Amino acid sequence: MPASREVVFVDGVRTPFGKAGPKGLYAETRADDLVVRVIRELMRRNPGLPPERVDEVAIAATTQIGDQGLTIGRSAAVLAGLPKSVPGYAVDRMCAGAMTAVTSVAGGISFGAYDVAIAGGVEHMGRHPMGEGVDPNPRFLSERLVDGSALVMGMTAENLHDRYPSIGKERADAFAVASQEKVAKAYADGRIQRDLVPVATRKAAEGWGLATVDEGPRPGTTLEGIRGLKTPFRSHGRVTAGNSSGLNDGATGCIVAAQEVAEELGLTPRMRLVSYAFAGVDPEVMGVGPIPSTERALRLAGLSIGDIGLFEINEAFAVQVLAFLEHFGIADDDPRVNPYGGAIAFGHPLASSGVRLMIQLSREFAERPDVRYGITTMCVGMGMGGTVIWENLA
Amino acid sequence: MSTIETWKALLEGRNADEVVTKALVRDVELPYGAGTMALVTLDNGHDHTKPNTFGPHGLLALDAALDAITARTDVAAVGVVGKPFIFAVGADLKGAAEVSSREEAVAIGALGHHVFRRLGELGVPSFAFVNGAAMGGGLEIALHCAYRTVSSGVPAIALPECFLGLVPGWGGTQLLPRLIGPEKALKLIIENPLSQNRMIKGPDAYALGIADAMFEPADFLEESLRWAAQVLRGEVAVERPDHTAEDWAPVVDQARTLVDLKLRGASPAPYRALDLVALARTASRDEGFAAEDEALADLLMSDELRAGLYAFDLVQRRAKRPAGAPGKALARPVTKVGVVGAGLMASQLALLFARRLEVPVVLTDLDQARLDKGIGYVHGEVDRLQAKGRVSADQANRLKGLVTGSLTKDAFADADFVIEAVFEDLAVKQKVFAEVEEVVSETCVLATNTSSLSVTAMAANLRHPERVVGFHFFNPVAVLPLLEIVRGDATDDATLATAFAVGKALKKSCVLVKDGPAFVVNRLLTRFMGEVTAAADEGTPLEVADHALDSLGLPMTPFALLQLVGPAVALHVAETMHTAFPDRFGVSENLAKLVAAGKPGLYGPDFQIDPEVRALFEGGTSPSTASPSTTDDVRLRALRALAQEIRLMLDEGVVAAPQDIDLCMLLGAGWPFHTGGITPYLDRTGISEEVTGSRFLEPGVASVPE
Repeated sequence: MPASREVVFVDGVRTPFGKAGPKGLYAETRADDLVVRVIRELMRRNPGLPPERVDEVAIAATTQIGDQGLTIGRSAAVLAGLPKSVPGYAVDRMCAGAMTAVTSVAGGISFGAYDVAIAGGVEHMGRHPMGEGVDPNPRFLSERLVDGSALVMGMTAENLHDRYPSIGKERADAFAVASQEKVAKAYADGRIQRDLVPVATRKAAEGWGLATVDEGPRPGTTLEGIRGLKTPFRSHGRVTAGNSSGLNDGATGCIVAAQEVAEELGLTPRMRLVSYAFAGVDPEVMGVGPIPSTERALRLAGLSIGDIGLFEINEAFAVQVLAFLEHFGIADDDPRVNPYGGAIAFGHPLASSGVRLMIQLSREFAERPDVRYGITTMCVGMGMGGTVIWENLA
Repeated sequence: MSTIETWKALLEGRNADEVVTKALVRDVELPYGAGTMALVTLDNGHDHTKPNTFGPHGLLALDAALDAITARTDVAAVGVVGKPFIFAVGADLKGAAEVSSREEAVAIGALGHHVFRRLGELGVPSFAFVNGAAMGGGLEIALHCAYRTVSSGVPAIALPECFLGLVPGWGGTQLLPRLIGPEKALKLIIENPLSQNRMIKGPDAYALGIADAMFEPADFLEESLRWAAQVLRGEVAVERPDHTAEDWAPVVDQARTLVDLKLRGASPAPYRALDLVALARTASRDEGFAAEDEALADLLMSDELRAGLYAFDLVQRRAKRPAGAPGKALARPVTKVGVVGAGLMASQLALLFARRLEVPVVLTDLDQARLDKGIGYVHGEVDRLQAKGRVSADQANRLKGLVTGSLTKDAFADADFVIEAVFEDLAVKQKVFAEVEEVVSETCVLATNTSSLSVTAMAANLRHPERVVGFHFFNPVAVLPLLEIVRGDATDDATLATAFAVGKALKKSCVLVKDGPAFVVNRLLTRFMGEVTAAADEGTPLEVADHALDSLGLPMTPFALLQLVGPAVALHVAETMHTAFPDRFGVSENLAKLVAAGKPGLYGPDFQIDPEVRALFEGGTSPSTASPSTTDDVRLRALRALAQEIRLMLDEGVVAAPQDIDLCMLLGAGWPFHTGGITPYLDRTGISEEVTGSRFLEPGVASVPE
């Protein structure tokens, strides 16, 4: 067994992201079927990868019940028609589920336990609203282990505005509008569609349709347009539907492999895993999580923030991105940050988003062969951050 | 008025209870910038247990959807897909059974053509995405489209019309042979329907060329749409070989020979289908579809079709909800089965019980060698199932492990259901049951596979006669679907309910029968054969007697059936019936001689009458005593006897209704659908009234309403 091997990101796809709810794209579509589509498209796009060479299928979901339960990595693998010899498992780190799926299989690949793995995530927030079935231990509050606002993500975002008084609502709104503009441009330039797998969606009353594009983006969003939106988490607060990601349904997946095996199979790696780190913070300001996780990942890689040429940071809330940028001294409109836009426009089906960041980073790398390093990072509920540093192989 | 308005007016108010298949239209953006497809989903709003069908309202709904689509200019293609697991399974048969005038029959055929053909004449390419079961008119919808994809998971594709007494006349006879050639088309249109209505699967349809592309079920629609986009962009070319240059006559004639062999002209539908297929080579669409309209109208107004629809309803509905069966809740669980005897029948039963109930089955016999042979038979059959891929290695191990043998009946102690399959002798069976009763619990069901003995008599001396029930299978038990469940005088509801539950688990169609000599199928077949044999005994030439009933299209002639059953068994049953009803059931001396001579039947190995048998029959009569009958005489005699016997059986309460008689003959004797079993045939030929003074079924039940 080799002591350590280089791990590469080969290819990633995702379903279009839908809006959660009875009118959404996927209102009557099962979560596991979304994962199946992703796995099958990955296999179809990479004919050099024999299905039996997939050594693991790690799929994340935050709410692991119903169509997101039954050890979804395994059940989706079977439903996707992978050989029964291919194992699978389910992962949960809330918003960083898919990211954790990638880092977990990467660890296994590096250790030599796997050659090739599929990692991804799914969240059907329409079928599984945030917090479905949770039963928080009363000790959290009785012993003041966490603040009462810790489990309501919008409240943690408001708390983050408190921690960073320089980040006001106007900055958050401006960042959100820019995100919508970047997504509209990326769509117009055909940057996004190439990694979307169309999904047949059936609604009993309407018949079959086909989801081909994200439902969430609102091109043409203006500052004026979102300025007056309600602040549901605090009266006269700052966090609105306009400067936050939405509630969404979607699935993502990618092929991760040992570099030498990718070469053997003729797969073209797009990025090499440099380092990764997760870190914990106070749950009531979970949005600062990416700061310590990124510092840790940089330290592990022997890099500094100045070495990073591209940032894919999940836009759970604009404030959380801005806090990260402020901490590292990066401008709000730095072109290295989320060049294709982010979750404020695309949407954020919790456990699936980590791989969306990687898909976009890998495509941005391809356009920027001059950039050597990039990061994907995101904040996580219960007070965590996750960061993966990648090297551009383009 | 336009034609469509005429049809609308004519069909207005008809089919008020039609479950309407809606045509739901949504726009789909095709990949690769291939444009917008108007995707039509066929969905009747129910789950897959109630498949999409087309009556007038469904046709008009599809017509309206196509109106809306053709009014647009932004549509690059039209697609048609079904609801989950079901594409569409054809015409609404319930509605077909209600068509009361030829005018209406013509209208429903023409309306189908009017709507379906639009799919092939839209001006933009049309695609059918056959995601699930597609039968009859459902498959014809797909055939009208320019292109078809099929899911490899589709379990059933068929044109079953000829099975019922119709033709695939909404375009099927014209489009399919041109698409895939006459030979393959006739397989679907003629051969499969006449072979127990065989269906093909998705991959077969693709191999036959019915579908242009096949995709796996996991992402069937997505991949179909991708393929459609490639076709539209010219990236995929679909080959359409021209079959019209060939000479179709030889294959049509070959199919005609097959139809003759199976039906002997008894049902008009397959012959009409053959003519239509022959026409398709040269006919224009208009001519071909008009000819289909005529054929549909004629057949819709034929008694053969109505009998076919009636028969279909019996096997689809009545067979699944047996008349007179007690509530399921009364049934007791069966966790272990005993089989008394280890002969061939017992071994077949053991295998069936083990496979279907998946519980331990113990065979008993007094003789170790016979026991070993019986177990050996079961193991051998399991091996064969495994070799055919019907069971896995693990399942084979399980089945073999389930079936064991015992020299003593102690092994039945914890059985819940014991069936005997010993020698057909009342005293022997009584003794067996008495012995079994010593060992088993008070509620263990004792079932007998007797074909003619009294279930009541068999139970008479037991401590618990209420637990005895008749469980009459038909040979071969793995194949024939009928199970006559016989209620003795003492049989209680719990026993009966258990018997029905077991019968259902065995995947048999159960009919409740009152205890009486030979129950239903054997009583009627014995009576019927008795008349034919008597005619032969009287000097009717054997060939004349044996072929006298050819015009019914029965699966085999009476003497062929005799050969299958074996003269000894037939004689035994005839004697039993003669004892019970000496006036109506005779015992042929010639049959007895045949048995004494050790002959396997009347026919030799060359399928000709064995000369020695002929001599034997001719020796029984002299020219002075001979009174040979004509074909018509023999047929009428046999049918009159059937009518008389059925009336008596109904009067005796052997079954609840004529429908049960018909169900038994359809499933136990394999009598064809166009006879409706038998009573519709007797009614429509006037024999019922002539013999019994009345019909068995009201006009319209299994015939064209008057």
